Amino acid sequence: MAEAPALIEAKDLALELPDMTARRGLGPRPLARILHPVSLTVRRGEIVGIVGESGSGKSSLGRTLLRLYRPTGGRLAFDGTDITHASEAELRPFRRRMQMVFQDPQSSLNPRHRIRTIVGAGLDLAPGAARGREDALVAALEEVGLEPALLDRFPHELSGGQRQRVGIARAIATRPEFVLADEIVSGLDVSTQAQVLTLLKTLARDRRLALAFISHDLSVIRNLCDRVVVMRAGRIVEEGACATLFAQPATPYTRQLLDAIPSPAPDPGWLTRGAVPPASTAIVR
Amino acid sequence: MTDPLLAIDGLSARLRKPLLRPLLRSVSLDVKAGEVHGLVGESGAGKSTIGKAVLGILPRAIEICGGAIHFAGEDLLRLPHRRLDAILGDEIALIPQDPMTALNPSRRIGDQLTDGLRLKRGMRGAALHARAVELLADVQIPEPEAVLKRYPHEISGGMRQRILIAAAFSLDPKLILADEPTTALDVTVQKEVLRLIRRMQAAHGTGVVFVTHDLGVVAQICDRLTVLYGGMVVEQGETATILASPAHAYTRALLAATPRHDQAGSGTTPIPPAVTAALATEVACYGMGPAAHG
Repeated sequence: MAEAPALIEAKDLALELPDMTARRGLGPRPLARILHPVSLTVRRGEIVGIVGESGSGKSSLGRTLLRLYRPTGGRLAFDGTDITHASEAELRPFRRRMQMVFQDPQSSLNPRHRIRTIVGAGLDLAPGAARGREDALVAALEEVGLEPALLDRFPHELSGGQRQRVGIARAIATRPEFVLADEIVSGLDVSTQAQVLTLLKTLARDRRLALAFISHDLSVIRNLCDRVVVMRAGRIVEEGACATLFAQPATPYTRQLLDAIPSPAPDPGWLTRGAVPPASTAIVR
Repeated sequence: MTDPLLAIDGLSARLRKPLLRPLLRSVSLDVKAGEVHGLVGESGAGKSTIGKAVLGILPRAIEICGGAIHFAGEDLLRLPHRRLDAILGDEIALIPQDPMTALNPSRRIGDQLTDGLRLKRGMRGAALHARAVELLADVQIPEPEAVLKRYPHEISGGMRQRILIAAAFSLDPKLILADEPTTALDVTVQKEVLRLIRRMQAAHGTGVVFVTHDLGVVAQICDRLTVLYGGMVVEQGETATILASPAHAYTRALLAATPRHDQAGSGTTPIPPAVTAALATEVACYGMGPAAHG
């Protein structure tokens, strides 16, 4: 397969945010390092998995890629344009081209809005929005496998799987080139999860969408993504093609993560095998 | 053959309103002492409802309309309150799902851990403290003395779950109900916690009802399992047998829908509508039976 052009290019991206657990008198809070310099490229039509345990910085990295956070170091480019320090006004034209699907469709969809309003929110920001709005809405819903009749429903009238599809429809309605999906299947039953994964694969392929898929679940990543980055404590510890990384993890940490996944085939030795990582028993602070 | 510790026999439950919607349809299963029995199913399968029925903590909106829950020879559904009080939380304990919300944020770990020992055993003072230290050491918590004085927010999620396991075992119960105890944890922590539950349960000869939606977890910790759909038992038996050669189409579909890290191309086959449709018909017919004689 020929290398597709890079859409998102992050070079030595760093992020520091005020440390909410520390306080020095009345002055500003000291900064905590969230991302150590991290480099990542997402190409058109490619699904990149970002995996890590809680607190590894995977969501922070994702949100920085969308420029929801302002990086404190490094360089971030979208389709060749440097947006590292772009202002909100400068980012405006890019916003339509990069979208996000959220984890919990229950809380990320406004319960008082009809699906029509929710999915159309992004469209309304585009110039000449009124024209063809309805067509775009119907197209977005059909693309995620929902009946256009659902446009007049409220989120609570939908099942969990349908709600997550609405979240995806909302994201793709503006015809973005990059979509960030942050733990979007973790609340779903396996069957619904399988449907959503298949949908994402189709979207990435048919629309040449660049997709960053954040998950704590390596089994899901394995079966969805082309490439995967493994994060730990704000750093990328390993990166590679999915097939290679899962077959031959290069770092002990990735090995350890893979060994900790219970497989649905009984393995009498699994439970007692492997060292217990001591970190999780430590007292916080 | 030994008598089962827990024998659920034709248990049916329904929502009081609206419309008396059935939630459990004549569910039968048994758990022997020293055995881990998995309850598996998708959301709405009724796995937590069974657990809550055993613990006697069903919400008011749900009523039991048939069947029996035999525990150590007594029917929990027909026992006087006082006897029930002596059993629940004493001989039957719970390991809850979410270690973040199961502990009271404003009470010290030590006080919460020893609630059972104080209320049910009347332990006090130095003996109580010594037992608390022992309990934490049992679940491999370093510096137990220091941890007893901490508040829940000061320790990690994995450690909180260990505390809850220690509390569940504190009265040496015969049966423990583990309700998705590792769902909120990272994989490496999950493995530690599963290992701990298995070790404690084996050492004490405790029967465990293990509620989970994760077939991987079931495969590695449960001796036997019950697959549920729509409040109905779909398949039941030895874990190894069922996972190796599932007899029911639904179990096969559930396995096929589960992604595996050691198998490319798995987990992208949703459960075929025909499979669930067939079950839905079965479920609908079942609903008529138990409600009638309840």
